[in-house]
Amino acid sequence: MELQTWIYLAVGGTFALYIGIALWARAGSTKEFYVAGGGVNPIANGMATAADWMSAASFISMAGLIAFLGYNASAYLMGWTGGYVLLALLLAPYLRKFGKFTVPEFIGDRFYSQTARMVAVLCLIVASVTYVIGQMKGVGVAFGRFLEVDFETGVLIGMGIVFVYAVIGGMKGITYTQIAQYCVLIFAYTVPAIFISLQLTGNPLPQLGLGSTLSDGSGMAVLDKLDQVVTDLGFAKYTEPGGSQLNVFLLTASLMIGTAGLPHVIIRFFTVPKVSDARKSAGWALVFIAILYTTAPAVGAMARMNLMDTIQTGEVGSPQGNLAYEERPQWMKNWETTGLLQYEDKNGDGRIQYYNDQNPDFADKAAAFGWQGNEMVKVDRDIMVLANPEIAQLPNWVIALVAAGGLAAALSTAAGLLLAISSAISHDLLKGAFMPDISEKGELMAGRIAMAGAILVAGYLGMNPPGFAAQVVALAFGLAASSIFPVLMMGIFSKRVNNVGAISGMLAGLISTLVYIFVYKGWFFVVGTNWLPNDAAHWLFGIAPESFGAVGALINFAVAMVVSRLTAQPPEHIQELVESIRIPRGAGDAHAH
Amino acid sequence: MSDQEKASAYWKANVSLLTKLLVVWFVVSYGFGIMLVDLLNQISIGGYKLGFFFAQQGSIYVFVALIFIYVRQMNKLDRKFDVHED
Repeated sequence: MELQTWIYLAVGGTFALYIGIALWARAGSTKEFYVAGGGVNPIANGMATAADWMSAASFISMAGLIAFLGYNASAYLMGWTGGYVLLALLLAPYLRKFGKFTVPEFIGDRFYSQTARMVAVLCLIVASVTYVIGQMKGVGVAFGRFLEVDFETGVLIGMGIVFVYAVIGGMKGITYTQIAQYCVLIFAYTVPAIFISLQLTGNPLPQLGLGSTLSDGSGMAVLDKLDQVVTDLGFAKYTEPGGSQLNVFLLTASLMIGTAGLPHVIIRFFTVPKVSDARKSAGWALVFIAILYTTAPAVGAMARMNLMDTIQTGEVGSPQGNLAYEERPQWMKNWETTGLLQYEDKNGDGRIQYYNDQNPDFADKAAAFGWQGNEMVKVDRDIMVLANPEIAQLPNWVIALVAAGGLAAALSTAAGLLLAISSAISHDLLKGAFMPDISEKGELMAGRIAMAGAILVAGYLGMNPPGFAAQVVALAFGLAASSIFPVLMMGIFSKRVNNVGAISGMLAGLISTLVYIFVYKGWFFVVGTNWLPNDAAHWLFGIAPESFGAVGALINFAVAMVVSRLTAQPPEHIQELVESIRIPRGAGDAHAH
Repeated sequence: MSDQEKASAYWKANVSLLTKLLVVWFVVSYGFGIMLVDLLNQISIGGYKLGFFFAQQGSIYVFVALIFIYVRQMNKLDRKFDVHED
């Protein structure tokens, strides 16, 4: 069958499935809308959490990042998984015991302050909105590349699908579609990986394949060979660190703390029946996430190997050793038309030289070979996953599957974020602050309207991304790490931290992190307004803006502790509240009040 | 034990358990995967250098194990101190 037919089948089929689920799982109460009725099986919730968490970035971009950064991408792998240990041990069970609908609601009650709740709402909305822009872009890109429709049309179709199941079903609809989306995305991710691992090493498990010897008869291990191939062309060694280890350390910490503090992930744990289920569910979530996250390093390394081997067909430096441009494979032609691959014949020999021309130690060698610069002037990282099936010459249905998987990853995360945003608006802002007497029916309607509004805003921003779209990940994780995680943790583990302490801590963490990011990336990301150039030489102690969230979290902890010591103890009933959330018994259902 | 004492003994046991688990969490990722990576890369298991293995595979497996150990031990503690649900 034609590739395009397969893609229509795969994408159309999965979309029909999501809509079918939406019609079946309608939300009839606020409890169903906010926490899916509170009766979700912990393993099913683990699966939904995995889809909620793994975004377009995890599915499309991460393996490419690993392919080009090698060891230095480890911060993302450890950071985005290690956060679940913090979530399971430090937050999820206690917040489930507290048993309310939103994260700001806990902060408002525990710190007996409407101001604290509003600051939390603000942090939540900024973090989630910036995050959702990336998902909408991902939907548009996936559609544009695979279905040959405009970027805008792609975003509109994506908005329409999310609209159907998120507005009608709320958390209930989102939960069951996320479970379906997890199955689609993990199948789509692992099938090509298994094929490629088999081709290169003969081992069907990519995790083992990455540690095996190549089946080309050379007897070399995959990673040793890759180290050799890349260093022969002047690139840095794949398996060894380069650059500041302090920065890797802090980036890992920021991503871990940020992961544990992201509200759209936390609220998933409000949907399980019991405290012990919340713990268990976090474990299962990480199992389902780990399946993709331990496969990604294999996909990255093997895709890099395939790419290098395709271009450097023979000995480095021999005139026949490089691929002739006219003989390039079909997949290179396909991706050149998208502009994600670009070739420029700098020395006019009609062959492709792909090497590191920024490496001064390699410059003499290259000159002696008659090379006049790297000729693959653009190799977009995202290609590594998207073109992988073509590079490995896999059948058309696998390529179609990857398209459906990328869409599932983007849509599931977008829906989770949109729910976090709309529940903060209808539950924390409207019912919590402006219209406390609103009826249950009214609040449910408000939730649906907020969801519809959030989808429109997200879609609009996805189509007209503010200049900072690329920076949003740093911002979302930085905010979650520096403002939300520390107050949640102190709210549970300290009886002494009071309202003034929590508010000052949140603001100190938030502002210090924002300022540090803005100084290097421009104030409010306006290009050209940065005070210092964004490079390692100018970073404070070599800390990149992306890595500052962990420092912001420390500032938050320190300020909250000190200010609380200097001001009055929390009242008696708050200390009792803390004691009660520390004990599983009596959790009951999640409820409004 | 009064309820009050029971609750605080339970909390102490919980904090001590999660501290131990977080030490392991820190050692496998920040220790083996980052600070000691050059040293561990001298050792190979199969085709993996050990430091690289911890950074891109091993730490993730340990994270999963840690959460399930926590689940198991906490279920025991819940019963021991009679604060379990149902």
